[in-house]
Amino acid sequence: MTALLLRDLKLSIRAGGGALIGILFFMTVVAVIPFGVGPDLNLLSRIGPAIVWIGALLAALLGLDRMFQADRDDGSLDLLLMQEHPLVLTVLVKCLAHWLANVLPLVLASPLLGLFMNMSEVAIGAVMLTLLVGSPALTFIGAVGAAVSVTLPRGGLLVSILVLPLCIPVLIFGVSATYAAVEDPAPFLPPFLILTAITMFFAVLGPAGAALALRNAGD
Amino acid sequence: MRLIAENLSAHRGEDLIFSNISFNLTAGEALLLTGRNGSGKSTLLKVVAGLIRPASGAISWQGGRGETGVPVREVCHYLGHRNAMKPELSVAENLAFWRAFLGDRPGGAGLSVGEAAAAVELEAILHLPFGYLSAGQQRRMAFAKLLVAHRPVWLLDEPTAALDSAAEGLFASLIRDHLGRGGLVLAATHQPLDLVAAHRLQMQGFQYAQMEGEIA
Amino acid sequence: MTDSLAIRKFSDLANPTRFLAIAERVLPWLAGLCCLLFALGLTLAFTTEGDYQQGDTVRIMYVHVPAAWLSMMCYSVMALSALGTLVWRHPLADVSHKAAAPLGAAFTLVALVTGSLWGKPMWGTWWVWDARLTSVFILFLMYLGLIALNRAMDDPSRAARVSAVLILVGFVNIPIIKFSVDWWNTLHQPASVIRMGGPTIDPEFLRPLVVMALAFTLLFFTLHIMAIRNEIWRRRVATQRRMAARLAGRGD
Repeated sequence: MTALLLRDLKLSIRAGGGALIGILFFMTVVAVIPFGVGPDLNLLSRIGPAIVWIGALLAALLGLDRMFQADRDDGSLDLLLMQEHPLVLTVLVKCLAHWLANVLPLVLASPLLGLFMNMSEVAIGAVMLTLLVGSPALTFIGAVGAAVSVTLPRGGLLVSILVLPLCIPVLIFGVSATYAAVEDPAPFLPPFLILTAITMFFAVLGPAGAALALRNAGD
Repeated sequence: MRLIAENLSAHRGEDLIFSNISFNLTAGEALLLTGRNGSGKSTLLKVVAGLIRPASGAISWQGGRGETGVPVREVCHYLGHRNAMKPELSVAENLAFWRAFLGDRPGGAGLSVGEAAAAVELEAILHLPFGYLSAGQQRRMAFAKLLVAHRPVWLLDEPTAALDSAAEGLFASLIRDHLGRGGLVLAATHQPLDLVAAHRLQMQGFQYAQMEGEIA
Repeated sequence: MTDSLAIRKFSDLANPTRFLAIAERVLPWLAGLCCLLFALGLTLAFTTEGDYQQGDTVRIMYVHVPAAWLSMMCYSVMALSALGTLVWRHPLADVSHKAAAPLGAAFTLVALVTGSLWGKPMWGTWWVWDARLTSVFILFLMYLGLIALNRAMDDPSRAARVSAVLILVGFVNIPIIKFSVDWWNTLHQPASVIRMGGPTIDPEFLRPLVVMALAFTLLFFTLHIMAIRNEIWRRRVATQRRMAARLAGRGD
């Protein structure tokens, strides 16, 4: 299993820089917002946390379709499916590798974008923390979408369409926890704990669903 | 050790690919699947590998020391049309990954990465990225993957595609070695592979014909 | 005969082996001169008086302005190389603009970061979306996009041609950056070094600024030549590995 994690990490570093493209997409999406709403710093700092969260959500969906498809294209997936390690565990490790290589860089880049959106230090910290806790859920949900569309030749867009509605709860609680940290009366902990719970819940449901889909996607 | 298939049939979509295939292989035996394209050779191998669910029938495995109830797919090596190797990683990294990930089944031990590459006579290019290799070399390295982890059953789908005759001979001798150690081989192939006392299964689309040679 | 000599010299440079030999000889001098200029420039920068309004933060200018200048010059160098790739099919031009992209991104990043550090005490915020900052940020994104494009393609010569097209299209952005200050007059300092009617900046600040700009330019060329050299070496290693793979097949 460690071997699988290391292999996937190595692959994502060597093959075309998926993480770099993810961050670039993230930055570009966030950077075009001010052109739309105007360079009003007060407005930007108010909508900043939401913008950064939506940008991260879209960027996290970007590389998802390759999660299993790359393995399917060269036949590795067949061998992964045949092994005795519980398939759920294999999928979980693949999710972990995907998160480390593609999503964690987004979390690390989010403070920079927070500065662009003129967010306060507290808000930047809160966005980073909620992204750190919430983004694994995006990967786990995405794994189901990636597994379902693994046999489709052009599954990339479809994965996003399938997964986005399922990600809405993560977005709701991620953003509301961030705002709770900034605006005084609302307590920070309840939405944050619900976000944590969502991530833990999907850490179980996501790989299980993806494993089931992969087993049935055999062609 | 015994691999038993009873009345297998498989669909692809609504089409019946084959039906009522039965065979029974014991240690040291090989079954060659022949037949024209589209007769279901690859599908049969995938059914045995557990990648496609059979429409009817069952496959079972009886291991050495009363080992039963193990899913067949776990005792099999499957070499499909695709090599299951990553072009971005070096050959050694690819083989080391599969060695670590597949692990050995009881009753044998896999070769080290270096030994396996030597067995396919390509130990000099272990350090190169897999993508740099020619098609024939890639196929040979994919075959080396079967040697780094022990599995009693080898499922080979056109193993000698893209190979010259020298490499074909190399594969045949590696397969013979595997049989000699008590392994089982199911191979779909056009080439004769000159295996002694191999069973043959002529696949004829959904009209399953017959098995030549004696059946154990 | 004279022009053919010039052409021969030029195509000599285009030959990678010849380039490596020249780079070998030129690099130590270039690096040495660059260090010297940096020593001089930094000394000047820290011995001059601080601005009476801005205090010591004005010294950020000595890094910020040269970096911003280089971020644009680097793109011009890349655009020239891109022309070389598309028009003259120079093998070295491919390597040149590929090697320049990360350098450009680095200098642009330095310009953005120092600008941000400078902006905090001046404007009270790390970042404002005024025209010039925004277009430098877009330039940064363009550099990163080019790097990503180069990395995503396997075949180096195809990647070079495609990114050359992108570079030339993006070249339109350079004048926008330069003149954006005049177009949208905003928070940022209007251009003050090169203007009709002479520089308005005090010579006190101008001297270290010019030295630092020279030092940065030399630094860029030193790094660029080194990066080209590395890229040539990298391609040779790749070729040799492919050769090794082919020979191994022939061996048996």
